[in-house]
Amino acid sequence: MNTQDKHNAVQHQTGRSARVQVRIFAIGRAGVAIAGELINQGFDPSNFVVICRDGALPTGLDAAQKVVLPAQPIQGALGWDSAEARDRIKAQLEGVNFVFVVAALGGVSSREIAPAVARLAKDAGHIVFGFVTLPFDCEGSLRQSKACAALQLLKNCADGVLCLPNQRLWKLIPENTPLHGAFKISDVLVAEAIHGLWRMLTCKGLIDVHLTELCMVIGGPHNQTAFGVADVSGQNRARKAVEKLLANPTLDSGQALRQAEAVVVGVFGGPDLAMAEVNSVVEQLTRHCPNIPVITGAAVDESLGSRLVLTVFAGRNLGRAEVAMTTQTTGSVSAPNFADASDATGLELDLIQSDQGQRRQARIIPPPPELTQDKMRELLSRQSQKGPATKIPVKLRQGQLKLEIVSKGRFDKSEPTIYKGEDLDLPTYMRRGVRLN
Amino acid sequence: MFDQTPIIVGLEIGTSKVCAAVGEFDPESSSLKIIGLGQACSRGVRKGEIVDPELAEEDIRAAIAQAEQMADVEVRTVVLGVTGGHLRAQNNRGVHPIVSADREITEEDVQDAIKNAKVVNLPPQDVIVHAIRQHFFVDGQGGISNPVGMLGARLEVEMHVMHGNQNRLQNAIRVVKGLQLDVEDIVFNGLASALALLTNEAKELGALVIDLGAGTTDFTLYAQGVVRHTGVIAVGGDHLSNDIAIGLRVPLSRAEQMKIEYGSALVEDECRGKTITIKNSDGTPLRTISLENLRTIMALRVEEIFQIVAQQLHEAGLLDYLRAGVFLCGGGARIPNITKVAERIFQAPAQLGRANAMSGLISALDQPEFATAIGLVKFGSFKHKANTHKPLLPTGLKGTISQLFRRF
Repeated sequence: MNTQDKHNAVQHQTGRSARVQVRIFAIGRAGVAIAGELINQGFDPSNFVVICRDGALPTGLDAAQKVVLPAQPIQGALGWDSAEARDRIKAQLEGVNFVFVVAALGGVSSREIAPAVARLAKDAGHIVFGFVTLPFDCEGSLRQSKACAALQLLKNCADGVLCLPNQRLWKLIPENTPLHGAFKISDVLVAEAIHGLWRMLTCKGLIDVHLTELCMVIGGPHNQTAFGVADVSGQNRARKAVEKLLANPTLDSGQALRQAEAVVVGVFGGPDLAMAEVNSVVEQLTRHCPNIPVITGAAVDESLGSRLVLTVFAGRNLGRAEVAMTTQTTGSVSAPNFADASDATGLELDLIQSDQGQRRQARIIPPPPELTQDKMRELLSRQSQKGPATKIPVKLRQGQLKLEIVSKGRFDKSEPTIYKGEDLDLPTYMRRGVRLN
Repeated sequence: MFDQTPIIVGLEIGTSKVCAAVGEFDPESSSLKIIGLGQACSRGVRKGEIVDPELAEEDIRAAIAQAEQMADVEVRTVVLGVTGGHLRAQNNRGVHPIVSADREITEEDVQDAIKNAKVVNLPPQDVIVHAIRQHFFVDGQGGISNPVGMLGARLEVEMHVMHGNQNRLQNAIRVVKGLQLDVEDIVFNGLASALALLTNEAKELGALVIDLGAGTTDFTLYAQGVVRHTGVIAVGGDHLSNDIAIGLRVPLSRAEQMKIEYGSALVEDECRGKTITIKNSDGTPLRTISLENLRTIMALRVEEIFQIVAQQLHEAGLLDYLRAGVFLCGGGARIPNITKVAERIFQAPAQLGRANAMSGLISALDQPEFATAIGLVKFGSFKHKANTHKPLLPTGLKGTISQLFRRF
């Protein structure tokens, strides 16, 4: 299916369920890249609002609304706090009922703006879903912990957050993948998740997933949601879809399902979608999570033709375990100053550990074969000239070099103690960037 | 002809000190008494592993000799404590179908299930150090501690399997054997500390023991009476000294001294703006150093160690099991305010552990540094207990070990 066909299909569905009006806020460079993915998959560019610091946008997003922030921060670390920018974002919230916030929390502006946009949208009475990525471990613990603090803020004000820790992608990244290729995989997966949730909201069929049920599974400040999308076609597609979902390394052979406390399953297919297929899919999945509520949705999406798309969200509430992790690194992490983020206590929830919990839980399904083989190659070649190229300098700015030349004292010659990519033999205060006066 | 009260010696070859504890086990009353202690500065060990066998041998000899003198016994065998960053642990489940006609579970079925549970994917060069039984499941019903005599079709057992690099483990054993001492058993230091400090009640409630040694931090989590998690982080008190030496630009020995004299795991408001004056060997002032900086460096390192432990427990889903709290031991437990930091990070009560489940040298039992050595003696006493209970049955090594792991 070419892009135009997909676009028409999406238009068709949007028209069918007119009451669902989604506005997608793509924040920062990664947000823009993900938005590009979605537009390639057939989303209407006018549904997007792009918020980034520089005005350079991919051509595909010409039709999107833009809120371009000043290149240099005006006040504090934000530069976002200007009333004008705020008003422009509020204006974009008119006439919609769902707001998707898409960002990579590794970026400075993204992690500051994403929770604030979510808060604005929530205050305006919209249903807010967040789609975010956490940085790779090698990007440094400081960035990790700040990203986690931002994630917690986002969770506090959104109705549901789907988070993809990039570190999980190692299993999907071949050895020689270039830097931009790795981030491309992450972008494709987040786009898949957005498409999956969007389909669940818009494709209304005989078996619906109610919004409150959906929010129950993927919402809440202590929730971790693993998600997966499998897209198959051909004979025995119900079995193949489940196998594909479970065989994926990011779902840890179904471990995420076993640890979940509630699961939402969406089965979407063309007009030939059979009840027996829905039954078979749910039966197979239930075997992996026998004692928890499974909420099933099934709908016919004519644009899918002979394909069967299976979307799974597995939610797990960490409750106290995560709160227990509300630790000490607040000293090393400066909380961003949100004018509207009234729950400043949320900023305290700086969770290195919760981040790890996230990493373990939020498992993603790799892109469907249609994308990986034909489309992906095409998209990769197209995007390699733009989004990813702008990302490389960001990653290279990681201030690791300074640490490498520091002597490790008495441990200079001993075997290094490496934990999650960090050399623990180096003094902690150096790795955390604490300055001694 | 032979002494009826067996002597058990626990030997810990630590990074800062070698410690030998001598215990006397009375089979009649099943009581254990610590009668001697020996210790020597350790020079040939880094991060819990021997890097200079000759120096290590000298230090072990000194510690053993001191213990022998104090307890007035001759040491022939020891229970050796091991640690090191190469030790890994995992929980594994073994399944055994019950095929007998009457579906009754026998001791053999239990042994078969345990055998299956021990089959883990070990890296090459690794050997199993401990295989500790947790709970049984009969036809999916959990929480069974002894299934023998029950009826069922499918018996499962959960084991906690700890493994480590064979060569590195052998290094320590070889050094001890070079002193004409037999190694009765090797025991993970963290497990030994937990044995020394925890009461049965604490093990049931759920307790975490963190042994903050000089070279490594070993931790063991007990819940529902069984070992649920163990781990080693090759970071310890030496790292604190090293951080101070680098951060404040002082020699390592001076850093060590400052850590002990002025150290704290918390940066309190009172210390802000205060300075310490370092003096030369002749007493003249050399430099002044900010107390706040010293404590910041220490606090960050201590926090990080606890965070890594908490993170590992969080990943294993065990943080909610700490109902009896956190018990700290090892030399690092002496850092002022360290319990407050532990309480904050684990969100559970934290205290210094005391080996109060035994009798003997009170001064030794109270010291957090000796917990591991005392725990090693306690581990050794389990073996004697098991032997005295079944004196007539030639159980063999495997049988003995399985009894050992029954419930401790």
